[in-house]
Amino acid sequence: MKSFFSRYKNALVLLAVLLAQVICLASQMKRADYASRADNKHVRIARAWAAYTITPIEQLLLHTTGGVRGVWSHYVDLRYVKQHDRDLQYQIDQLRLREAAMAEDARQGQRLQRLLAFKQQYVGTTVAAQIVGTGGGDQSRILVLDKGTADGLRSDMAVITPDGIVGKLRDVFAHSAQLLLINDTSSGAGVLVVDTRSRGVVRGNAAGEVVINNLLPDERIKPGQNVITSGGDHVFPRGLTVGAVQSIAPDPDHQPYTLITIRTTANLSRLEEVLVVTNVAQQIAGDTNTNLSDTDASQQKAAEVQADHLPGLQDSKTPGVTGDKPPGADSAAQPGVVLVKPAPTLHADRFTPGAVPPAADLRPGGQHSAVTTMPAPRAKPNAEATREP
Amino acid sequence: MARRSFTNRRELEEHHFHPAVLVAVPLCAVFLGSYLPKIWRPLDILDLPLIVVLYFAVSWRSAIGGTLFGTVVGLLQDLPSNQYIGVNGIAKAIVGYAAASIGLKIDVENLITRVAMNFCFCLLQSAVLFVIAHFLVGDGDYEMRPLHELLRATVNALVAIPIFLLLDNTRIDD
Repeated sequence: MKSFFSRYKNALVLLAVLLAQVICLASQMKRADYASRADNKHVRIARAWAAYTITPIEQLLLHTTGGVRGVWSHYVDLRYVKQHDRDLQYQIDQLRLREAAMAEDARQGQRLQRLLAFKQQYVGTTVAAQIVGTGGGDQSRILVLDKGTADGLRSDMAVITPDGIVGKLRDVFAHSAQLLLINDTSSGAGVLVVDTRSRGVVRGNAAGEVVINNLLPDERIKPGQNVITSGGDHVFPRGLTVGAVQSIAPDPDHQPYTLITIRTTANLSRLEEVLVVTNVAQQIAGDTNTNLSDTDASQQKAAEVQADHLPGLQDSKTPGVTGDKPPGADSAAQPGVVLVKPAPTLHADRFTPGAVPPAADLRPGGQHSAVTTMPAPRAKPNAEATREP
Repeated sequence: MARRSFTNRRELEEHHFHPAVLVAVPLCAVFLGSYLPKIWRPLDILDLPLIVVLYFAVSWRSAIGGTLFGTVVGLLQDLPSNQYIGVNGIAKAIVGYAAASIGLKIDVENLITRVAMNFCFCLLQSAVLFVIAHFLVGDGDYEMRPLHELLRATVNALVAIPIFLLLDNTRIDD
């Protein structure tokens, strides 16, 4: 027996090491909420140690290189600054014009949302964070941020750039956080193809591309169409840019679904600074918006003026409507209920209300007045029907 | 003056390192592995921890040493990623064991041998990772991309040459 162990010592050690790690792996997979690849609720202490060890070094390196770069760019390399200044000023002017147009569109959109009582999510507050490192390796699309719980960050917060969404926070430590990019295989976000209003889920594939693979073939979806967040995942606020459709092809693994590749607007491979959405403001569109109060008031006036010119059920200016209560109309006593009375008859006939006696006055075999139709004089629109004796 | 007598080829070609080197080099490799892609994303194709494991495993020529060293480095590599802890540990333990075993039989000082060894072990690691992802973890999204794996093996084999030469200077052999 002793010779067996000494002879196969190396192989036995290898087997023991592998067995121990397989058990470790199985225990992690069994407790999915503790160490799964996506959506961790708890952080393994070993990962926390690694983050506390590596992140300060990465931050130090980042600040050092940033300082050197700053000295170079701020004091040494100042060529073309004036030209740059002119270009930027021109861009600002253009952006102001666009902003004015977009503000009007936004006001219109909010008015429509108010009509639909649509519950809209807006980006409330954000925290700017810098990328200081990565998860290492090409199978793990993780970036390390220099902000953590001390700055108000929590797991599952959306991370964006001005160009579009980037990913969401995974493990958050005191002064650092892991950003799971949307092109990771364990990532996902609810999206909407703008032109077709098709809803899907974007996720990463092994090649690092962002794809939608849960949509059925739709000929209306074309390359180049914009894709935005739908807000259905409760992570990303609605309406943030994701990217544009790059290609559409049948998904060989999941028929009959299509594989839609998305070209993200945010350059996921060259991220320097990102914004973490720390507060998603939920606002019901019916809420009063102070900026829109004047516009709304004028809009309401316009609506009233327009309503005056149209036949309406609640037109109080029509003579004979208000104050006249039809006999037996008890429901009129109910608040909010307006009884409708037809306009006066121009040409009375036997169908005109009041032209025939009430049924209670009629007797079988008895005589009753006949109704004759005669043209009403045009000068008297309220002419009543004549009754023969 | 003490004279060291070598009894076989293994003892003749067994190399020793300062403990500080054994600690600092793997940590640097893991750190650079997570920091370099931040500077330029395509650098995530580099697997510096694998190169370090290969170097020390073939230098020690001890299968147990290679296995344990590969395990530790692999586990360290798993920590900053979002992979299960142990995926790289298993892969690098196997690579460390195989590299140490093969180091006894071939001349690992030769430049061409080093390139070929790095290339082959990089492919071996990719195969092991694929097996782990598919059969242990059950990750159906993990794809084996042959061209990418070949490219990765080539790049790592080329990068390994200067690193091996650099690490040769850390030996403290008599």
